[in-house]
Amino acid sequence: MAIEQLKECWQTKINTVTIGATAEQGGSRLHTVTVGGQTGLPFLSAEAEIPYKPQIAFEIWDILPLDWPEDLMRVYGGCLANPLEWAEKCVEDFNAGLLCIRLQGAHPENENRTPEQEAHFIQQLLRQIKVPIIILGCGDDEKDNAVLCACAEAAKGERCLIGSASSNNYKTLVASCIADGHNVIAQSPIDINIAKQLNILITDIGLSADRIVMDPTVGALGYGLEYAYSIMERARLAAFSGDKMMAMPFICMIGQEAWRSKEARASQQDFPTWGEATARGIIWEATTAVSFLQAGADILVMRHPQAIEKVRQYIELFNI
Amino acid sequence: MALSGLDIYKLLPKTNCKDCGFPTCLAFAMQIAKKAVTVDKCPHISPQVKQKLEEASLPPIKPVEITTADGSFIIGNETVLFRHEEKFRNPTAVGFILEDNLSYEQISSRIMQIEALRFERIGQQLTPNLIAIRQTKDRQEFVKTVKIISEKTKFALVLLSTDIDAVKEALGYLKGRRPIVWGIDEKNAAIFAPIIKEYQAILAVCGKDLDQLSKVTTMLQNQGVQDIVLDIGQAKPKERLWLLTQIRRLALKKSVRSLGYPTMVIVEQDDVYQQTLEAATYILKYGSIVLLKDSYPWQALALLTLRQNIYSDPQKPLQIEPKVYPIGAVNQDSPLLVTTNFSLTYYTVVGEVEASKVPSYVVSVDTEGMSVLTAWAAEKFTPEKISQSLVKFGVKDLVKHKTIIIPGYVAVMSGDLEEQSGWKVIVGPKEASGIPSFLKSWH
Ligand code: SF4
Repeated sequence: MAIEQLKECWQTKINTVTIGATAEQGGSRLHTVTVGGQTGLPFLSAEAEIPYKPQIAFEIWDILPLDWPEDLMRVYGGCLANPLEWAEKCVEDFNAGLLCIRLQGAHPENENRTPEQEAHFIQQLLRQIKVPIIILGCGDDEKDNAVLCACAEAAKGERCLIGSASSNNYKTLVASCIADGHNVIAQSPIDINIAKQLNILITDIGLSADRIVMDPTVGALGYGLEYAYSIMERARLAAFSGDKMMAMPFICMIGQEAWRSKEARASQQDFPTWGEATARGIIWEATTAVSFLQAGADILVMRHPQAIEKVRQYIELFNI
Repeated sequence: MALSGLDIYKLLPKTNCKDCGFPTCLAFAMQIAKKAVTVDKCPHISPQVKQKLEEASLPPIKPVEITTADGSFIIGNETVLFRHEEKFRNPTAVGFILEDNLSYEQISSRIMQIEALRFERIGQQLTPNLIAIRQTKDRQEFVKTVKIISEKTKFALVLLSTDIDAVKEALGYLKGRRPIVWGIDEKNAAIFAPIIKEYQAILAVCGKDLDQLSKVTTMLQNQGVQDIVLDIGQAKPKERLWLLTQIRRLALKKSVRSLGYPTMVIVEQDDVYQQTLEAATYILKYGSIVLLKDSYPWQALALLTLRQNIYSDPQKPLQIEPKVYPIGAVNQDSPLLVTTNFSLTYYTVVGEVEASKVPSYVVSVDTEGMSVLTAWAAEKFTPEKISQSLVKFGVKDLVKHKTIIIPGYVAVMSGDLEEQSGWKVIVGPKEASGIPSFLKSWH
């Protein structure tokens, strides 16, 4: 007796979100990046339509990165002090198709750069680099509201992805995304109800659902990865069964989390049984990334070029 | 799939004769559904119905016991497709492949290296579980290699060989160890089955699709072979993920008995990173056994950590006993750090305190297993709670400085905490990684 396969046919698909706008679309990017649109669980294309592959964004900072381990800094060579050079290196040397710029320099405890300074920087970057970009604030709500609005305006028409909006601070950022034609990141603290609530709040004030990407606040391998993993699986199943306010693509801050882990940073000298340190760091970031791909991630923000290369190959392998 | 009380009732004689000790057949059916009684209490049901009811009460994915030289562990017996629905029960067994073309010295050093893959994380010991031995040469070489390996390690063993004579001889030597014998397919199942039964080994069935697998397991079931593992073969990763998903789904949702067994995947990509990432995929998605070609420590550390994460119980965060823990050679002047009793938080803090080499006390407050920020938001990590804990654990008798260090994320509670506890409060770093430099400079 032949076994009949059990295929899931869900009714709702994940929203399609496009980052970047070409000249014809009112921007100046040479290409755009689209994610979402899938009708089923990751890589199961035997039963689902999966029109777009997951995308990886290189994370770059406007100032010299704080607290990145030396091993990681070294792969970028001397360009880290100059964000424009850094961005160019990602595109030229590492084939980056998407960049994620973190405006850490705006933080009052760092260089406290003004909104004008950051907006000017974004303008320069957009002039020099032709790939779509994601812009992240520095984490200080008040400062971010001012800085991100200025940057949104400076990048008007480029259809960036800007973050992050949270339940208690979303109005200003969402309003400027509406005004200047950008997408927004809706960040929620590993909580499916808050995530949904925030999507409702954002659409209520007028940003359409296909311009929202959810950040579920992931944890690294060994540091609570399983919490966000399950939240994402639950959200996806809810979306496929018809909950349109859960049907946004996911963005996961992989590099930020993975490179905080002791396992990614410690030297082999300090932990001789853990094996070679460089490979360990790369696999820590890559394994964290792959776990979230399997939970449904659409955009991964990552740091180590080699980890990124390995995850790219993985995505290809799971697509043939 | 488990039958409902009503489904069971339909199969009963419906005479309400009370011989089972229940007033009606329906009442009896309800109790069977709850697994409160067994079917044999009713003397009037036919053997066919009895068999049907007994089969329905079996776990949909068979638990298979794997034996090591000094113990055993279970694989299979999974009940859900997604861990949030309940939990994943029996962690993926991770193993490494050794070939029989290695010299005695090479085998010894590989085994030593694999035996050293032991990691302590969050109070648990993480270790691999299996060593697989692959035949690449003649029977003698294979058996010789099996002997050497079995003497050198207590790990459970997998024999990757379809040479019946070689397997037979190896099994004779491994008596009592119940290895997994891999490579059973349509062609050789009939000749392997009796030998496997004789030695009580476990069979790993190979097939390139669900029909093939199902055909072989049905054949083996009819021959009375119970302990089976399903290997989906050397398909592309995407295809393997699909087959593993199908096996889990069909066993759980359609009660397909011929696929209701633990699964096994061999991962041998040459690129050791891809090998690790592919293996990680099957830890996440439905692999009961994953065998790898390489065994680098960083590879094992990543995979075993992932397994620990994914197989943790989503309903019960790992917690430790709330109390005050001395770390290192403490004295009355040692610093005192306050944290939660969520295992991950606690062990991360302790790891950093140890790294600082500054002997310290760590006070673990009962936050019901929540992390610092979550506990603070849920009012489980408050000035009152912390003050109470300090009194309850008798902390004032341990140190003479009356100063505590709190996590940077809850800096806002400093004032209230000082007032309520009468202790001086110092705000520590937000991230545990900042603890070593903090302790060194503070001391
Ligand atoms: S013994 Fe059997 S037939 Fe009689 S009441 Fe119980 S279930 Fe019904």
